[in-house]
Amino acid sequence: MGGYCGKVLRVDLSKGEVASEPLDMELAKKFIGGRGLATAYLRREIDPQVDALSPENKLILATGPLTGSSAPAAGRYMAVTKSPLTGTVASSNAGGKWGPQLKFAGYDMVIFEGKSPSPCYVAIRDGEAEILPAEAYWGKRVWEKTDALVEEFGDKRASVLTIGRAGEALSPIAAIMNDKFRAAGRSGVGAVMGSKNLAAVVVAGTGRVEPEDKEATTELVKELRTRLRENAVTGEGLPTYGTAVLVNIINELGIYPTRNFQETQFVEADKASGEALAEKYLTGRDVCWGCPIACGRYSRADDVEGGGPEYETIWAYSADCGVSDLASVIKANAWCNEYGLDTISAGATIACAMELYQRGLVTKEQLGDGPPLEWGSGEAIVEWTRRMGTGEGFGAELALGSYRLAEKYGVPELSMSVKKQELPAYDPRGLQGHGLQYATSNRGGCHVRGYLIAPEVLGVPEKLDPHALEGKAGWAKLFQDLTASIDSLGLCLFTSFALTADDYAGLYSAIAAPGCTAEALLKTGDRIWNAERLFNLAAGVGPEQDTLPKRLLEEPVADGPSKGRVHRLPELLDEYYRERGWDAEGAPTKEKLAELDLV
Amino acid sequence: MRVTVRLFASLRKGRTKSAVLDLADGAALRAVLQRLEIPEDEVSLRLVNGQFAEFEQVLASEDVVSLFPAIGGG
Repeated sequence: MGGYCGKVLRVDLSKGEVASEPLDMELAKKFIGGRGLATAYLRREIDPQVDALSPENKLILATGPLTGSSAPAAGRYMAVTKSPLTGTVASSNAGGKWGPQLKFAGYDMVIFEGKSPSPCYVAIRDGEAEILPAEAYWGKRVWEKTDALVEEFGDKRASVLTIGRAGEALSPIAAIMNDKFRAAGRSGVGAVMGSKNLAAVVVAGTGRVEPEDKEATTELVKELRTRLRENAVTGEGLPTYGTAVLVNIINELGIYPTRNFQETQFVEADKASGEALAEKYLTGRDVCWGCPIACGRYSRADDVEGGGPEYETIWAYSADCGVSDLASVIKANAWCNEYGLDTISAGATIACAMELYQRGLVTKEQLGDGPPLEWGSGEAIVEWTRRMGTGEGFGAELALGSYRLAEKYGVPELSMSVKKQELPAYDPRGLQGHGLQYATSNRGGCHVRGYLIAPEVLGVPEKLDPHALEGKAGWAKLFQDLTASIDSLGLCLFTSFALTADDYAGLYSAIAAPGCTAEALLKTGDRIWNAERLFNLAAGVGPEQDTLPKRLLEEPVADGPSKGRVHRLPELLDEYYRERGWDAEGAPTKEKLAELDLV
Repeated sequence: MRVTVRLFASLRKGRTKSAVLDLADGAALRAVLQRLEIPEDEVSLRLVNGQFAEFEQVLASEDVVSLFPAIGGG
């Protein structure tokens, strides 16, 4: 079968052993690769009720059959495990070059199990892997560690995947970082790595990803690359301004969550927008392996230079904290990268803390010599992100994430999260479909399980009324299923601004699975979604958590274009369960499981 | 009547970020593009007072018009 290496690297960190085993191709046919296949392996190999930070949890780093192939934007891998943040399945996705290098080294995925007795890292090259000591790297910043590990590995092509101090300290909002600035950011996957005393995974290879049908692949890839280049979003908008181009449209629509979702418009949004970033701070572009879109940014503010910031990061540190100084956002983002923190959760947690401070629940005395957590304070977002990374003083409380922080002060409802994971940069009170998607996402608060911003705001593939309820349950299911497939193939989700389910089926068919159709691909996405749901139900995360923060359901927006609106989840959820073939309790019916050949 | 126009992303190139225009009563959104010499095919997303609008929408005094090219992100 083309596309796949056909091999899994299994690393037993407790015993200090590495072993190669064949990829389960029967399972791969049902779950593709990446997110889907790793979830299937995880379900088979762990009890969903294990403590996420115990040696019994496993961490799977998985590519898809298209990762590292000639398909456009095929540079992705997924980190799949049980999340210490949400208690659900975690599947965090990142670009860069780590995924392709793993394929070139001969493996589709790596499964880490157990716990190393002391800090270690794993070096993989061309079918060989070894566990090496990493005491010297523990506690080091991501950038410095990455350079040092490439040097020690002795091959400049090597890609380094690592964690920062946040992951080492088991923060449930710690990210896995690769290639310095790329992050498998969400759901605390970095803490799982930290819990295993696994400091890094360095990989390089000289192999190639061979497609099943070379001729068909070449022809289709050429056509799709042209389409991506000619598309206004993937060919111009994203390459020119990066993801931050969204700031102004989302703000103008009155769906830009401000001051911990107390408001939905930020009057100073344009000062911290994609346009402002391009005008004043941009130093270059960051391109993931094999990507014709090149949305990544490099930016510089004073003496701080690095990758990003992305749209979500800008929102979390800017509007959500009431900060208009983009230089401070860039610096806070840099601390997240250096200490390995998820920028959405980190920024949104500071926003939550600012509301606790506003209400007098957190006092100045508690903050010691740190800056007051006042709305709009650039100094506060930078310094408290640094202390979140190092765990100094109140920074250690912030590193718990917003839910555990707000719960500690008796007000969990002030955490703007779903399943304890912080919501991203779109207020669902003005986006009924996207809000439904937030509530039902299998990894908690998340925008990339089914990006309904595309139809509800951007008009892709067609324009939907963001306030209407009709048909939204079906759209949510469709987007969730398609996204699950794209994530499992190893492609970047941004390709979906220009490509269709037929295109993805065509690529999968030419490279790995001859005869695949769009219908079959979507059914596979449905199967993956249900497998994730089964994991969550078995882990004890049930339908009671398919909800939104009280504020978004009960507090009408006070002003602006979304004035008077709340999210109408109760009117949508039953229909969504029916669309999914689930019972009233949100569990897949026997018929549905039989249809999907799922147990 | 006076309307405020805000331009974003590539629509700002060689133009302005925002402008206040005097338009004839009953003018439609399309008149804003004509006044600023913006080709219609460059404008993908159009808002009037934060609500989606078509080129034909008739404007009122003090309206705020926001214009965007095709954009995406996430």
